[in-house]
Amino acid sequence: MKSGSNLERVLAAGHFAVTAELGPPMSADAADVIKKAQMLKGCADAFNITDNQTAVVRMSSIAAAVLIQREGLEPVMQMVCRDRNRIAIQSDILGAAALGIKNCLCIAGDHQSFGSAGRLKGHPGSKNVYDVDSIQLCAILKGLRDDGVFQGGDPCADPPKMFIGAAWTPMGEPLEIRPRRLAKKARAGADFIQTQGIYDIKAFARAMEAVRNLGAHEQTAILAGIIVPKSAMMLKYMNSSVAGVTVPDEMIKRMTAAGNAAKKEAEARGEDEKAAKRARSRAQQAEGVKIAIELVQQCREIEGVRGVHVQAIEWERKVPEIVKGAGLLPRPDVR
Amino acid sequence: MTDEKAEQAGPAFEPKIIAYCCHYCAYTAADLAGSTRLQYAPNIRVIRVPCTGKIDVLHLLRAFEEGADGCYVAGCLDGDCHFINGNLRARKRTDYAKRILDAAGIDPERLEMFNMSAAMATTFAATADEFTERSRKLGPLFDGEKKDIRPGIVMRQPMTLSASNPPAKDE
Amino acid sequence: MIVAEQKPIGQVLDMIEPFEKILVAGCATCVTVCSTGGEKEVGILASALRLACAARGLKKSFDEITLTRQCDPEFIEPIKEFASQHDAVVSMACGVGVHFMAEHLPPMPVFPAVNTVFIGANPELGVWVERCAMCGDCILDKTGGICPIAGCAKTMLNGPCGGSNEGMCEVDPETPGAWARIVERMKQLGTLDKLDEIQPPKDWSTSRDGGPRKMIREDLKL
Repeated sequence: MKSGSNLERVLAAGHFAVTAELGPPMSADAADVIKKAQMLKGCADAFNITDNQTAVVRMSSIAAAVLIQREGLEPVMQMVCRDRNRIAIQSDILGAAALGIKNCLCIAGDHQSFGSAGRLKGHPGSKNVYDVDSIQLCAILKGLRDDGVFQGGDPCADPPKMFIGAAWTPMGEPLEIRPRRLAKKARAGADFIQTQGIYDIKAFARAMEAVRNLGAHEQTAILAGIIVPKSAMMLKYMNSSVAGVTVPDEMIKRMTAAGNAAKKEAEARGEDEKAAKRARSRAQQAEGVKIAIELVQQCREIEGVRGVHVQAIEWERKVPEIVKGAGLLPRPDVR
Repeated sequence: MTDEKAEQAGPAFEPKIIAYCCHYCAYTAADLAGSTRLQYAPNIRVIRVPCTGKIDVLHLLRAFEEGADGCYVAGCLDGDCHFINGNLRARKRTDYAKRILDAAGIDPERLEMFNMSAAMATTFAATADEFTERSRKLGPLFDGEKKDIRPGIVMRQPMTLSASNPPAKDE
Repeated sequence: MIVAEQKPIGQVLDMIEPFEKILVAGCATCVTVCSTGGEKEVGILASALRLACAARGLKKSFDEITLTRQCDPEFIEPIKEFASQHDAVVSMACGVGVHFMAEHLPPMPVFPAVNTVFIGANPELGVWVERCAMCGDCILDKTGGICPIAGCAKTMLNGPCGGSNEGMCEVDPETPGAWARIVERMKQLGTLDKLDEIQPPKDWSTSRDGGPRKMIREDLKL
């Protein structure tokens, strides 16, 4: 065992792994994290704690990871290259390991300008770091864990034992470089991969075929990313505005149709405009859960996919229903 | 300005206006206006340029430094520039100079660009009248002491010397 | 060339507020080529400042000078006397020029009238783009002649990240992603395999992170 984490053991035992995402709050409120942890407990093998995602200040990944650990959940701490140089990164990894954290996802991190893209102000004027990139970060963690050496060359007496993760955007342009870059991440040290949200199963299957041709699926455990769709509007937005995410037209149509049908029924029942819209929204949410379940099942069919990573953004309560619907509960006990 | 106030202010303010006119259109239109005996405001001082594309931002600012209350550029109609796109360049430079004037605290309305053809004598006359009226309403650019902008020395390496705005000879 | 852009006139006015006799100093090198601080722009800025002061009723005078280079002492030397007839200098050179004027002129205030923005090229009239980040250890041999330090918002050495949309960078959809261009170029060159090699963390000590840099050529020193 490289780290002995639950996620590592589940994968090593040959189970289809499930991870889910838990976004820390924009506050110092531990109760918020604990509430989400209790909601999610038991529905996945490990839980990603995002690291200031979309460059918005949130409770630190390490701290929130420790909070959920106390609740009996296994965290995957995330570490972005945007905010720390190699000194701070390695220091935080030592600290996280000392606190019992065993999984770390290495990612570049959204650019600081994204913090102000939505309704928030963010910190677009901040200075980014990007001292190392995500692949170099994987290699640094691997060097620490396996060789007991810091990036600079000094020895580390009691090295942190992390199960190293990385992200992959199979549908990001330029497409032809993506499988090779995945293989590069695996070579650098990534033990597992969580992908960007998959909606276009056919395209993902093609990317996976290229990955298999490189043999990379045997070097790293690929968990397909499932972002639970909440509405047709969200799918349209993800398709047009989120880099590396493509949503097939049929899926958007299906979501729209589900909503419209519910709205018409409500209108036929003589409900007012507001109630009809609520009905539409509820129907789309239900359809989104159905779609997520289907996506999990379809990803499972693809050779080389070793698990799923379910993201229900600010909608964490839906995760247990989806995992259960996909027939992935209860989670295996591999202690 | 109400009539009463205008009376108090003494004789009506007569603005000084520099009109940079393209040889191929506005300047010829001015000729035509003259030969057809069209009346127009005597406030404008016409400066003939071979093309409005020759006019630099600095020429426009200098007009004000030298004591003009208003300044305009009169170039060919869009697509009719004798030098293909000189009037389009002039438009952009005029816009740029307007931004500088604004930043300097001077109403950019004091500067404008107009387009006309050589045959548009009445337009030339009307433009002169309308811009004079606009400048009259805006009032003098600087009053009293403010008027005396001290000319600067201009040097470049290898050392040569000139003056930024040598004193005007006629007045 | 070094690319600079003019500061708002209001900012310059604030700097020179306590002074009366001002020398506006241009530079005939990079800032002339990028149309920001050459003789012509000195003329325009001086003229704008004269008008602005007149509009505010401020009694100030502005002389103009354009040096061959503000970053070489031999060109500053001949203007020392002329400069010292003024209360302050407003330099339209890059930050280096402002610095050097302050270092080499007799003690007097030297103010920047431009913001030095990057080292770049001029692909078309009126457009300047950054092409080099002066990291001090060129890696263009590894990336098909396209720099990921200057061109990528995340300075990735093992790109591309997940954030390119049809070849455009997600940080600025108007800008082609450096890594999309690198992949395209290396494909053309038939060297895509080179990208499989993991680039180790960069030694940033050759960049600004190592403190102010200095280059010495012993053979040229006397």
